[in-house]
Amino acid sequence: MLLIECPHCGPRAETEYAGCSEAHIARPESGGLDMTDAEWVEWVFWRKNTKGVYLERWNHAAGCRRWINCMRDTVTNEILATYKAGEKPPKIADAEREYKF
Amino acid sequence: MKNRYSIFSLIRNAFSYHQEWPPAWRSPEPKKSYDAVIVGGGGHGLATAYYLAKNHGMTNIAVLEKGWLGGGNTARNTTIIRSNYLWDESAKLYEHSVKLWEGLSQELNYNVMFSQRGVLNLAHNQHDLRELSRRINANRLNGVDSEFLNPEEVKKFCPAIDLRGGGRYPVLGASLQRRGGTARHDAVAWGYARAADELGVDVIQNCPVLGFESHADGSITINSGKGPIKAGKVGLVVAGHSSVIADMAGFRLPTESRPLQALVSEPMKPCIDTVVMSNAVHAYISQSDKGELVIGAGADAYISYGQKGSGHQTEHTLAAICEMFPQFRRVKMMRQWGGIVDTNPDASPIISKTPVANMFINCGWGTGGFKGTPGSGWTFADLIASGEPDDMNAPFKLDRFKTGYLVDEHGAAAVAH
Repeated sequence: MLLIECPHCGPRAETEYAGCSEAHIARPESGGLDMTDAEWVEWVFWRKNTKGVYLERWNHAAGCRRWINCMRDTVTNEILATYKAGEKPPKIADAEREYKF
Repeated sequence: MKNRYSIFSLIRNAFSYHQEWPPAWRSPEPKKSYDAVIVGGGGHGLATAYYLAKNHGMTNIAVLEKGWLGGGNTARNTTIIRSNYLWDESAKLYEHSVKLWEGLSQELNYNVMFSQRGVLNLAHNQHDLRELSRRINANRLNGVDSEFLNPEEVKKFCPAIDLRGGGRYPVLGASLQRRGGTARHDAVAWGYARAADELGVDVIQNCPVLGFESHADGSITINSGKGPIKAGKVGLVVAGHSSVIADMAGFRLPTESRPLQALVSEPMKPCIDTVVMSNAVHAYISQSDKGELVIGAGADAYISYGQKGSGHQTEHTLAAICEMFPQFRRVKMMRQWGGIVDTNPDASPIISKTPVANMFINCGWGTGGFKGTPGSGWTFADLIASGEPDDMNAPFKLDRFKTGYLVDEHGAAAVAH
């Protein structure tokens, strides 16, 4: 089980969180009406599936109920950083690691 | 077939104490070029190579496998086979697969131990019952055998089950696909590898793919761990690493890779002679021929390539199993593992051309790839050979994530994803 440090509540078990998905996907500013199909599907379906350091968001559902962001290595599951929603990911030297297939 | 397996070959080899069985397939060095190269030597990749050779006469082909045959998800699943999917497109694909399963041991001359012991999908509440009835009717319209069992019939079919479900999850009914069942997972990879090898396919293990180069004449050079290999056509069938290899080839997928866990118990005397699945509490269980209970969990919430998942997933699954089968509370679990499943937003596979000319991809089978192995190989071979989609694989094109024409099997496919 992952131990995820909520920036509001401190380290909490993964079971307190829900809704893991890619972070920093902003709803297109033009909103619904002016969006093309291509923009819609990009926003709805297309996600990164990084093998390496990945930015994701979790909802601390059984805690403060706020969305938080998390920087995690998807091979080792090591959590490099967590930060509040709306913040930019912290710069971490180790965060460039890449895994070859 | 040179080394046909039979009762006679078994007796003949008994005289030499089974020391002189020939290898089931060759271990060739890769040639400079092939008409087609399949990347990924799991069940799906080997099946694709086999049907390319058998149905389309393409014998100058190779399968490249990074590790060893069937060492990935083929060896990590719970071996359940069924075709009771809701939507027409899925029913067609999975039912074709079940039909191939039914003759597979004979066709490959390799015992894949396909056992049609029936697959039960339980309903625990009124909503489940309605969904179940809808799916049974849809199945029957598509010619897939599916029938409704009331609680008494469930108990009769599977006496081990506790209909009360611990009080919280009573069994109100079930769908039963009698033609569903289980098979021996390793044997599927090995059987296809042996049969493909017999037809001239080069099965090359320990050969990772490092990159691709497209040429003006449409051919593709694969930079592999064993040097460059030129291919007329390339089929990518790498399951959990699909996004990684698509990235190498220069296109994107909507696929996400997650751990899916399974576990087996200590071996016991026969107690469950069918497969029991429950959508609402999310657990599925069968008993292997060795006597182990084979239990599967739900996919983990997060993306991971680590082939292990979180402990609470298995805890949740075992809790559900204990509610349905209270007598298993004291059974010890012997092994537990995870595989990386490639899940798509609509829980259906992608069997498609790609933005790269002469490159094809078969991925996104998610939590249900094993049952699809023969059908997947069959239809992917059709796609690679003709270069154009046909009725069976056209609904699973990559561009459905642009057109919105999804095959949405989420929760509708008889099990939650």
